[in-house]
Order: sequence, then structure tokens, then C-alpha cells
Amino acid sequence: MTGAVPDRGAAPRTLLEKVWDAHVVVPESAETPAVLYVDLHLVHEVTSPQAFSVLRERGLKVRRTGRTLATMDHSTPTLPRRADGRFPFADAQAEAQVDQLSRNCADFGVELHGLGSPAQGVVHVFGPEMGATQPGMTVVCGDSHTATHGAFGALAFGIGTSEVGHVLATQCLLQRRPRTLAVRVEGALRPGVGAKDLILAIIARLGVGGGTGHVIEYLGPAVRALSMEARMTLCNMSIEAGARAGMVAPDDTTFRWLAGRPRVPVGSAWDAAVARWRTLPSDPGARYDREVTIDAAALEPMITFGTNPGQAMAVTAAVPDPAAEPDAGARASLEAALRYMGLTAGRPILGQPVDVVFVGSCTNGRLEDMREAAAVLQGRKVKVRTLVVPGSQLVKRQAEAEGLDRVVRAAGAEWREPGCSMCIAMNGDRIERGQYCVSTSNRNFEGRQGAGGRTLLASPATAAAAAVAGAVADPRRLTEGAP
Amino acid sequence: MNPIQIIESRTVVLPRENIDTDQIIPARFLKGTDKAGLGKAAFADWRYAADGTPVPGFVLNQPAAQGCAVLVAGDNFGCGSSREHAPWALHDFGFRAVISTRIADIFKNNALKNGLLPVVVDAASHAALLAAPGAPVRIDLAAQTVTLPGGREVHFPIDGFSRYCLLNGVDELGFLLSQESAIAGYEGSR
Repeated sequence: MTGAVPDRGAAPRTLLEKVWDAHVVVPESAETPAVLYVDLHLVHEVTSPQAFSVLRERGLKVRRTGRTLATMDHSTPTLPRRADGRFPFADAQAEAQVDQLSRNCADFGVELHGLGSPAQGVVHVFGPEMGATQPGMTVVCGDSHTATHGAFGALAFGIGTSEVGHVLATQCLLQRRPRTLAVRVEGALRPGVGAKDLILAIIARLGVGGGTGHVIEYLGPAVRALSMEARMTLCNMSIEAGARAGMVAPDDTTFRWLAGRPRVPVGSAWDAAVARWRTLPSDPGARYDREVTIDAAALEPMITFGTNPGQAMAVTAAVPDPAAEPDAGARASLEAALRYMGLTAGRPILGQPVDVVFVGSCTNGRLEDMREAAAVLQGRKVKVRTLVVPGSQLVKRQAEAEGLDRVVRAAGAEWREPGCSMCIAMNGDRIERGQYCVSTSNRNFEGRQGAGGRTLLASPATAAAAAVAGAVADPRRLTEGAP
Repeated sequence: MNPIQIIESRTVVLPRENIDTDQIIPARFLKGTDKAGLGKAAFADWRYAADGTPVPGFVLNQPAAQGCAVLVAGDNFGCGSSREHAPWALHDFGFRAVISTRIADIFKNNALKNGLLPVVVDAASHAALLAAPGAPVRIDLAAQTVTLPGGREVHFPIDGFSRYCLLNGVDELGFLLSQESAIAGYEGSR
């Protein structure tokens, strides 16, 4: 169904090429892009209302409701229901947007796991948990972090609202095949260095626009060694290097994580699916348009200092000096970033006071992320406002079953309801003008976490270490001796 | 969508590199359920002070920017989120084209569907445009050329299908709907 058929005798193909070829409805030509079939369309409240409006205006239906799955995350409150049973929305507009999604899903027959449902969550945490994301699929959503689902060996990318309408109405998109970029991560990550550090290092290397026009495939022993959740963190931020999608070939790690999830096949159908998925990895000798190699062993915990995710460095490093930047445009960009961030070139970032810490988001809102933060918070107290926001209701239940909520609360941090929360600051969770926030989210753009706010992106461990220190800190100093 | 053939306008210049979609339209303006009227939110955090008053030095607040249809921006314009609100806001403000040396993929796709022409030019032509804010330019979509302030014409790339759609005011949904038999055939073959 969604796997690639082995094509003996043909030229070796990459993972992307196999998934692409299996979904071409009409091949591309000089005149027209390919018509590409979409296996899974994830929908949320922010980027879908205008698309449903187009369906209504043109008298169209959702073509394949079974391939469409909705949840609510961006505008939703992360505080529990009030005493009157109502959700504490930030404002009437947010509530109206959420209500509109409920109405649209009801009118068009789309399966919705909305606010208050046991499966609700950040769309890119929710889709994989449902087993809806599977190897070899094409997955789209009106959200750039759809790249997350590439961790399963799916071709997954963000689309705009017009395209959301196209997929609702036709289950297809008009696309030209992107170029391929192989990122090989050789060696092994050192203890205390994880997937978030790895992806920040990769983005710093490629540059914030360096992957434009490409789909990244992450390869090499350090990638194979990553857990499924770590692979999602890695693929999630592919867009921050400008690549619409990032992919990791499926393997036993993938299959073990997927087995038993609600939407995956069972019995002999599962065995057949796994056999098909095993044909997906890139063939030996497959050619990529570009290749980059990263030495995993050389990496340290990373943190951003600027206003785009490419402006990242080791947490032990000093803020770079714009004067050392030869390119005038890049120099101006760095100067503007340091001015906005209020950071001084040449000074270490360690010890930089912070005001808020946020652990959560589609990048780092999964169970392993909650564990990583809790391991640092265990037996310690936070010095600054700290929000820990599980990525989904399932993550929340699993974390609570392990007692992580108690660790978080005992440390003086807030344990919230699932949602995008302070990653995008649409639901009232935000930082104030001038505040510094160490955040496990994906974007440190100006004002991203609240107008005038200053974001430093890092891993859950580094964020939790900052919460405990009240300043940027090296998490390895707190977890030495920990397993 | 109104057809685009020729765009003649003075330019507004934002030389910053990597202008992301959170700058083009901050997330707090994404809570609506329609696409009209977003021009007032374009670059809101650069245009307005914390108390809501316009920042006088910001280029979009200057009288010369009013009525300009061409935005010239630094490298890698439109990086970040998939929010189509970004081209909606720019179009509603009055822009019909954005010129840069690199334009992010999702933003570019969204712009093409909303009558906002993404124009990628070489570094030298870009430098000439950055150095001459307010200069008149002429963009000919059919010929795929930009006429620079000095009169030199430069070619820009655009996908043939997107060009056809923009020139004729055709939307892609209509084309996809016309592929129904191929789509049904594909579904039947799996």
C-alpha cells in the first residue's frame, strides 16, 4: 500500500525517491508539477479554517476522511478546566477558532481528537502516537514542523492553507520533486549530548537557509543509535535549516515503537507492512544532490545566542564577535541579533541570567524529554518561572504514571496540560518584553515567545539546568554520575 | 486571484537577512478564521511600539512606502512557519512581488497561490536594488525579467505552471479537481 516495490535492475534510489515514486499520480513534466498523493493529512485549528471555507464556497467534500485526522494544539489553554467546566481560553478569538474546527470536523466528517479528548495533543506528537504516521507514507499538515514525521521514513512536510484545501478536496498536491541532502552523522554522541544538540549543530553548520529546496536524509551510526523520539526531535527542526522535510530510514527501532499503536496493522498485515517497510532504506550507491558529514563525538550541549536557530553554539562557548564575520550581510544579521538579545560578543553564555524556562513543544514534548528534564529537576528547586508542558494527553498520563509530575511540582515548576504553549505564545503562555527564556522549542525568532521576548533554544536537560541555576548552565555539571 | 502580468512600482527595502514569518506576521494575529484585513498586522512588531504607536523610523511607516507594490528583502526571506497569513498580510498591505536572493520554500509556495510574485535575483542585482530604496522597477512576468533602476534587465526563474497560473489568474485547486480520473485510478491501483 504505502511501501516501495523493489525494482531490481533499476538505478539505486534514495529513501526519498522510493517514497516519492510510490505516490506519483501524474508524473511531472516541464509544464506541470507532479500530482502527488497524500496518505495522511493532519489538521489543526490555526491553518485550516480558511481551507474549509473554500470547500463550502465551492460545494466540495473532504475526499478521504479516513486519511484526515484533526486535533487542537496552538490556541488551546494549558491550564485545566475552570470550576464551571469551561476551558480558560486566552481570549474569545482563540475559543472561536477552536469551536470552528469542531464545527468543520463535524460538518465534513473528519475524525477530531479535540480539547478534552484523551488523545488530544500537539499535532506532531499526536499523529505518531496514534500510529497514523507510518514508514513510506506521505504526510502533510498546515504546519512547518510536519517534518517531524520523517523520523519514521515518511515524506512529511508543511503546507500552507491553500494546499490544506487542495488535500482536503483531492487528497493530492502539485509538487516538484525536491533535491536530496544527505547529512551523515559519524561516530557516537558523547554522554550528556542528545538529539536536540545534534540538530542545533547541524542547523548551525548548514545555515538557516542552507537546506532550501532539499529534503534531508539523516544517516550514519549516530542516527541509527537514536531512539524513535530522538529521531523525531532531529527531523522536527529540518525546516529550521530551510529543508521542508527530514527523513530517517525505518529500522527495528521504528517498528518496535510503532507496534500496537491504534492505527497500525495487526497480525499478518503487520508482518506484511514490516516486510514492505524494510525495502524503504536508500539503496547502496544511491546518489544525493549534496552530502554533509558531522562528527558526533565532537559535539557538546548546544544553545542558541541569536534570533534564528542557525545562530547556535556549544553552551560552553563565548558569544561570537560580529567583527570576525567576513560577509557583510551575515555581519549585519549577527549585530542585529546580539542587539535584540542584549548579549555581548566575546562573553561566555554560561551564567547568563534567565527569567523563564519552557520544556515542551513538538520538538521536545515527548516522554523521553519529560524524563530528561525531570532527571535534572529531581531533588532540586527551580529559581525561575518554569513551565513543563507535555506534548499530548498520552505523554501526560505516561509521565504521571512514572511520577514525573510530582518531581516537576516538587521542584517548584508548573506541570501543565498539553499544547504548543510557550513555543508560539498564541494561548496566553508567553514571556514578557526583555525577558530571557531557555526553551526546548524550535524557534528563537524575535518575539516568538511573546513580543520583545528573548529565546535561547536548548535541550530539555539544558533547559532544566537553567531553571535550577536561574542562569544558562551546563547540564553535565548536574547529571555527572547519572546513568 | 487577479492575474499578474506587469508590476511597475517603486521599491520598499528591508535589507535584513533571514526575515522569518514571525516577523512578517506575529503569531498572535493568526487566531482569526478568515484571511481579509491582515495588512495592518504585517511586520507588526517592527512597525509598532509596545504601546501601539507607529515606529517613525521603520520603512513601512514612511509616506514613500505607501502604494509600493515591490518589497526588496535580504537573503532567505520568509523562513520559518507555513502560515499563509504571511503572504495574505503582505498582499493586503499592497505588495505584489518580493525580491530577494533566496526565498524559503513554503513561503514561496504560499505566495504563488495568492498573487504575490516571489522573484529571486543574483547577488549583484540584489545589491543594486538594496542600494536604491524607492527606485522604480518593472517586473514582466511573461518575459521573466526585472528591469533594474539603471535600466538593466535581469532574468528570474519561476516554475512554468506557477507562471501560467499567475498570468491567467488560475487557481491550482481547479487544476487538481480536473485530475479526478487519474486520482481515482491511482487509488484503485493500490
